[in-house]
Amino acid sequence: MTSLAADRLGACFATLRKEGQAAMIAFITAGDPDHDTSLSLLCGLPRAGVDVIELGMPFTDPVADGPAIEAANLRALKNGANMVRTLDLVRHFRRNDDTTPIILMGYFNPIYAYGAEKFVADAAASGVDGFIVVDLPLEEIAELENPANTAGLNVVRLATPTTDDARLETVLAGAKGFVYYVAIAGITGSASADAKSVDIAVTRIRRHTNLPIAVGFGIRTPEQAAAIARVADATVVGSAIVSKLEQNLDDQGMARPELVDQVMELVSALASGVRQARSAAAE
Amino acid sequence: MNASRPNTFVDGPDVDGHFGIYGGRYVAETLMPLVLELERVYAEVREDREFWREFDDYLAHYVGRPSPLYHAEPLSDRLGGAKIYFKRDELNHTGAHKINNCIGQIMLALRMGKKRIIAETGAGQHGVATATVAARFGLPCVIYMGAKDIERQKPNVFRMRLLGAEIVTVTSGSETLKDAMNEALRDWVANVEDTFYIIGTAAGPHPYPRLVRDFQSVIGRETRAQMNEREGRLPDSLVACIGGGSNAIGLFHPFLDDQTIDIYGVEAAGRGLESGAHAASLTAGRPGVLHGNRTYLLQNEDGQIKEAHSISAGLDYPGIGPEHSWLYDTGRVKYVTATDNEALSAFQLCCKTEGIIPALEPAHALAFVIRHAPTLPKDHLLVMNMCGRGDKDIFTVADALGVTL
Repeated sequence: MTSLAADRLGACFATLRKEGQAAMIAFITAGDPDHDTSLSLLCGLPRAGVDVIELGMPFTDPVADGPAIEAANLRALKNGANMVRTLDLVRHFRRNDDTTPIILMGYFNPIYAYGAEKFVADAAASGVDGFIVVDLPLEEIAELENPANTAGLNVVRLATPTTDDARLETVLAGAKGFVYYVAIAGITGSASADAKSVDIAVTRIRRHTNLPIAVGFGIRTPEQAAAIARVADATVVGSAIVSKLEQNLDDQGMARPELVDQVMELVSALASGVRQARSAAAE
Repeated sequence: MNASRPNTFVDGPDVDGHFGIYGGRYVAETLMPLVLELERVYAEVREDREFWREFDDYLAHYVGRPSPLYHAEPLSDRLGGAKIYFKRDELNHTGAHKINNCIGQIMLALRMGKKRIIAETGAGQHGVATATVAARFGLPCVIYMGAKDIERQKPNVFRMRLLGAEIVTVTSGSETLKDAMNEALRDWVANVEDTFYIIGTAAGPHPYPRLVRDFQSVIGRETRAQMNEREGRLPDSLVACIGGGSNAIGLFHPFLDDQTIDIYGVEAAGRGLESGAHAASLTAGRPGVLHGNRTYLLQNEDGQIKEAHSISAGLDYPGIGPEHSWLYDTGRVKYVTATDNEALSAFQLCCKTEGIIPALEPAHALAFVIRHAPTLPKDHLLVMNMCGRGDKDIFTVADALGVTL
């Protein structure tokens, strides 16, 4: 099935492939620290060099996330974030940007509470391109994937260091958009991914799929982002960005005036790391 | 609700771990291979007589089973209705039913070659039971416990340390059982190769709800045999408190297909259902997905999990085991509630009339018995699961009664 949504993600990776570049994927939590600041951050990401945006859907119990992203989830919820407002952010963003793909990332319960079919339809209408739902493994994914397929949206499949070859085959059969390789067995923002083992894993995954492979978890610095960009099709950075945001909150947990600029500075550095990775490797 | 009444209530879960629409395996991909491996090993174990012989042997000589089925005559006389029996699981080693499950799970851990045990705990009973079996079987053990619960359950924290467990204080979220479970899941995903997670209740990803139920069903099987011996027939009704619901499913499961038996699960109504400060997931929640399974949850309209409240730390959880959700929808088990105050009154009545200090968890079951038994005839046989003893709760009760110790 072709649709505008599928095209945004497909077009993005196709362009980068033509340029010989890897994608810079940045994660922020919707509504963190508040709705308006979050919208400014979201709108600033493409200018800072971000190719694909992962927008976290806040949840009270983000068990796959470490302290930084958990705190971001709770801050956003405290300041009024919810699923409707998350889609509002995407709709606002799309007024000025109809090319940068947005993937919603989070946990299944808020989607289930909204109604999976209705949520997928509303997300598609808001300009969302796909979903990553960390507590929907292959065994449970149909509940979201069936309505998403109907709407032409991607549900990104995840592979991890514990996914063996036999399982990889079934996980990747029917995968759409791109494959997300979780570089470490653990939670977001913990141990650093080591580029050599990521290289081996990516090579293993490529035997099972032609889709672009994004790598995330444990990537914090421009150097690490660059090292991953040399071996994978996309580098995902989340906790480091969210931590930078947190460092720019005042005592009341509100955004300081320089917050957006500070975060964009880090994102730009990460994005140039990714951008220069392959040209540097070629020299 | 939407589930039709099946011909049998004992053949669940299905191959994918579902009881009706509940259960399942809602975990990160990193954990899936291990969850599937556990399922494979458990399927093997179910057919392995030697495993169950060894399990029964530990239950007999280490835990102290069978636990007595005791006729609570003074209480029965006082209430003037049903003939009340207590299934005395509070007499087990470590003082609650939790140990039954821990023995079974650590045997699985050893069989799978795991080198390290983790667990979550609320009241500390499951933490103590886990630390106990970890000590007995020689595996290092890390217990996750909310900061609030550490504060209100100090004796159990010290017990766990004496038993050699490392206690990790959880300061995220509401700092109670739900958050302790989040942290245990985070540990598990980072140490999946060598670590076995001993889940304390009949919840979590498949096959946990099933295997916890199977290990706890010794309670109901003993009750059947003991009641037949004492009264020459089966009981007329069963009552148990419900947090996650492991003591309840353990008592109920062997009786689910005896459809003339009335079965009651008692949820914690905290300060009253209308106050919003309670832990009654079935009575006041909606189906959702948390901690590996689909089940009834306390949540807001956006699917955000609400904090639970109960005077009993063991019932203070916003979810419930998936099999209970299914038994609720099908109507096989009736779920009722008891408030903090009702539980406190029942606690005191039990001390004074029976000479038994109950845990605050079964005090909720007893509160319902106090309401319900007088409406029943004298030849009605009622069994209540006295699933834990109250030594751990004396500080909480003293505080609630305004007594300084």
